[in-house]
Amino acid sequence: MSSEFRNTVRANLAKPEVRANFYRAMDGLMTRRLDQFPDKAELERLRTQSMAIRANALSKLPELLETLEANLTRNGIQVHWAETTDQANQIVLSILQKHNAKSIIKGKSMVSEEMGLNHFLEALGIEALESDLGEFIIQLDHEAPSHIIMPAIHKNRIQIAKLFHEKFPDIPYTEDVDELTQTARRILRDKFYAAPVGLSGVNFMVAETGTLCLVENEGNGRMSTTAPSVHIAVTGIEKVVESLSDVPPLLSILTRSATGQPITTYFNMISGPRKPGEKDGPEEVHLVLLDNGRSNIYSDPELLATLRCIRCGACINHCPVYVRIGGHSYGTVYPGPIGSILEPQKAGLDVHGELAQASTLCGACSEVCPVRIPIPSILNRLRYDGVRRDTANTNTVGSGKRRTLSEAATWKTWAWAATHPTIYHAGSTLATRFKGMLPTNLGAWTTVRSAPKLAESTLHQQAKNLGVDHE
Amino acid sequence: MSNTARANILARLREPQRPECGFSERDYLSRYDWDTAERVRRFTERMVAVRAEVHHTTPETWLDVVSQVCAAKGLNNLLVSPETVLGKQLHAQAERFPTLKTYDHPIESWKQELFYGIDAAFTGTYGGIAETGTLIVMPSADEPRLMSLVPPVHIAVLEVAKLYTTFAEAVQAQGWVQAGMPTNALLISGPSKSADIEQTLAYGVHGPKELVVILV
Amino acid sequence: MATKPDTIYFFGTCLVDLMYPQAGVSAMQLIQRAGVKVIFPPAQTCCGQPAWNSGYRDEARSVARAQLALFPKPIPIVIPSGSCAGMMKVHYPELFAGQPDEAQAADVASRVYELTEFLVDVLHIELHDLGEPVTVAVHTSCSARREMGVADKIESLLGQLSNVQRVEHARKLECCGFGGTFAVKEPEISAAMVLDKVTHIRNTGVDRLISQECGCLMNIGGAMAKQGDAIPHQHIAEFLWERTGGNAA
Ligand code: SF4
Repeated sequence: MSSEFRNTVRANLAKPEVRANFYRAMDGLMTRRLDQFPDKAELERLRTQSMAIRANALSKLPELLETLEANLTRNGIQVHWAETTDQANQIVLSILQKHNAKSIIKGKSMVSEEMGLNHFLEALGIEALESDLGEFIIQLDHEAPSHIIMPAIHKNRIQIAKLFHEKFPDIPYTEDVDELTQTARRILRDKFYAAPVGLSGVNFMVAETGTLCLVENEGNGRMSTTAPSVHIAVTGIEKVVESLSDVPPLLSILTRSATGQPITTYFNMISGPRKPGEKDGPEEVHLVLLDNGRSNIYSDPELLATLRCIRCGACINHCPVYVRIGGHSYGTVYPGPIGSILEPQKAGLDVHGELAQASTLCGACSEVCPVRIPIPSILNRLRYDGVRRDTANTNTVGSGKRRTLSEAATWKTWAWAATHPTIYHAGSTLATRFKGMLPTNLGAWTTVRSAPKLAESTLHQQAKNLGVDHE
Repeated sequence: MSNTARANILARLREPQRPECGFSERDYLSRYDWDTAERVRRFTERMVAVRAEVHHTTPETWLDVVSQVCAAKGLNNLLVSPETVLGKQLHAQAERFPTLKTYDHPIESWKQELFYGIDAAFTGTYGGIAETGTLIVMPSADEPRLMSLVPPVHIAVLEVAKLYTTFAEAVQAQGWVQAGMPTNALLISGPSKSADIEQTLAYGVHGPKELVVILV
Repeated sequence: MATKPDTIYFFGTCLVDLMYPQAGVSAMQLIQRAGVKVIFPPAQTCCGQPAWNSGYRDEARSVARAQLALFPKPIPIVIPSGSCAGMMKVHYPELFAGQPDEAQAADVASRVYELTEFLVDVLHIELHDLGEPVTVAVHTSCSARREMGVADKIESLLGQLSNVQRVEHARKLECCGFGGTFAVKEPEISAAMVLDKVTHIRNTGVDRLISQECGCLMNIGGAMAKQGDAIPHQHIAEFLWERTGGNAA
């Protein structure tokens, strides 16, 4: 895995066009977010409040899920539970089979990406068509999303124009964004018209009222959840909040952090299927609640903070690593800082643990996170879990699996030296004295940098001269 | 499968010691002290910023404005409920409007026409939000969900008296929880749009390309 | 502890010790010149951060524990580095949670100051610029900025120097890509980051690069040197000491 990550990173760093696409997009997103929070103190207050809302929900998670289920059921929404993505896929499949559906139309859903739903259904001959414009574009090109909010961010207009021309040769070539969008609208409108089943994600679930909330700009989420006669929502168990009054502050900080919008075009609150007398809306609404490792994350009081995430993507937009390597380098569903803490915990440190390594811990992510997830601390903790020996004391999957004998020995030697000052200082003095003999090729460091120069004499020696080394 | 899954998940969630991090009092209500004029000003500013049309009207003039909007857009037809208070007024003066259509059958019986033959829909609203420039729409049997979504133009009437400062205030003042949530409730803040292609805004992706707000 | 103390401890950091001793000397001299006695505990080695950030907590703790014993008096501990100060102030309490010396670690943490923070907030140092006009770019380390929250201190110190003109480089807030062992573990990403940083700094055309962090200086300076024609770079302490006439002032 690790070499695969390194290879992808290397390949992607070498694509100037892709890097430019990311740079342009992230710069715009950062500026727009900043414009939404002119008052720094107010922003910090809102972040604390949003953190409290999510922390409160998590502290009552099993109870809230039961309340949610009871209220959804009372409202006529059918609730299904899945421990694994396999189970979740099977649940979706059985609903499709019940309705004899050969296709579904999808609104944007990262959890369905997590489930690998499209591949699963396609292998069974069921078409799963993405209707979010960005998702539609990358599906045409058989790609995965490179960003959780803007899945096609790695492509520019020209690349998309060429892709449309290749896939829809009957439609005249255009690089005009409006025309490209109208092409997608026409194609997808026919699909919405015909689709028997729609599938969507969920942004928040309200326990108090039994309501599923979706945030979007395009209307694909509304279409997928309204036009077909069956609506299936898939989401993670952590997305629940306690009361309806928790929603406005979260919605506000979500859209402002994500895309720098005061609000999105649509905020869609679904509390039931079509009632007798109503003339549209799905006859059936299903909710699939997916665990897939979340309950394990939940078991750790420190790592639990991971589950506060509201998937705004701000950490991604501000990450100096992400902007350079791009979303596909991560090789995971969720990229960037949130991916680097979430994916190793879900898949195991042996599988994606290297992502926790791929950070300078600069903290740009946690500085903007609307729910104050201490991402650098969690990365640090995952690095620890990766190499620790007392693996019985942590529930993190794959803990201890990244420990290598040679690395452990290096740190042991270092610790021994640094706890024996006399020897340590003899060593450093010696090093400065014979610095001419030190290698100038330090491997990775010196590919783009000169070797660091040792001083003529150490600070310890000079402190002696200053007379400050004794009281 | 689902039941075992449910039991297993809930059991795992109950296992760990959970920290108490709840809060007893929620204080999210608006700190804004905007009078009606300020609410209208902010609402309009936000709506216009996302390319919606806003018309300031009175109980005497709003019908004229709707009629002018229809004429200006060259609409061939307009979907209007014959049952709502506002809809009845339009139907009563049908000659001033494009052909008035009604959504009086379940979608299944006229989906084709709704998807491909309707130019615009007219609906009321449940309220509005000044801070974000937002319409609160609660679809009903009279004004079903797809009315505000499928036709390319959506014309909506908002009574200034129902314009709240924030979403939180609207939820509280209108007693959403006490009243029970409808099957579908919507916040609509402008026409459908996307920035998925090179961060460039394009309008009318899946929903209406034009949103016209008639403030009364 | 915002009142001016009589005496402080100085923790030089392992990097300053080996690579940038002049920064440490200048820092101590600046403090002495302000009339405060400096104690440099000679047994100091490293704060333990490299192991901490690599996940080797036991090793980090043993090294950190050796430092805890060096600061018995209830006086400030001043550190010419945002990341080492952050290690002691923010992470020692985490590292020693549940350990027998938890209280001692918390006490040490509570007395830690990053150098520029100490000069501005505690010493209220007054600087008189004696140097020639010069333009500088400032790179603030991420730990100074986000962990210690002291990014404004270096700016305010430089602001006191009448002949020093600060020029902002593009993406000033962005990390230089050092990240300690990150530079070695993920060399390609680190290289891409530092090369961008160098470009942005070079684009300003400044005479000099100043930082409160020797790790960043080693990274950015090393990359400039490899390209040839490096812009001179200095730790803020050394720069301030030079500009204000050293001992003569
Ligand atoms: S971790 Fe924070 S910033 Fe990142 S997506 Fe989640 S909520 Fe947003």
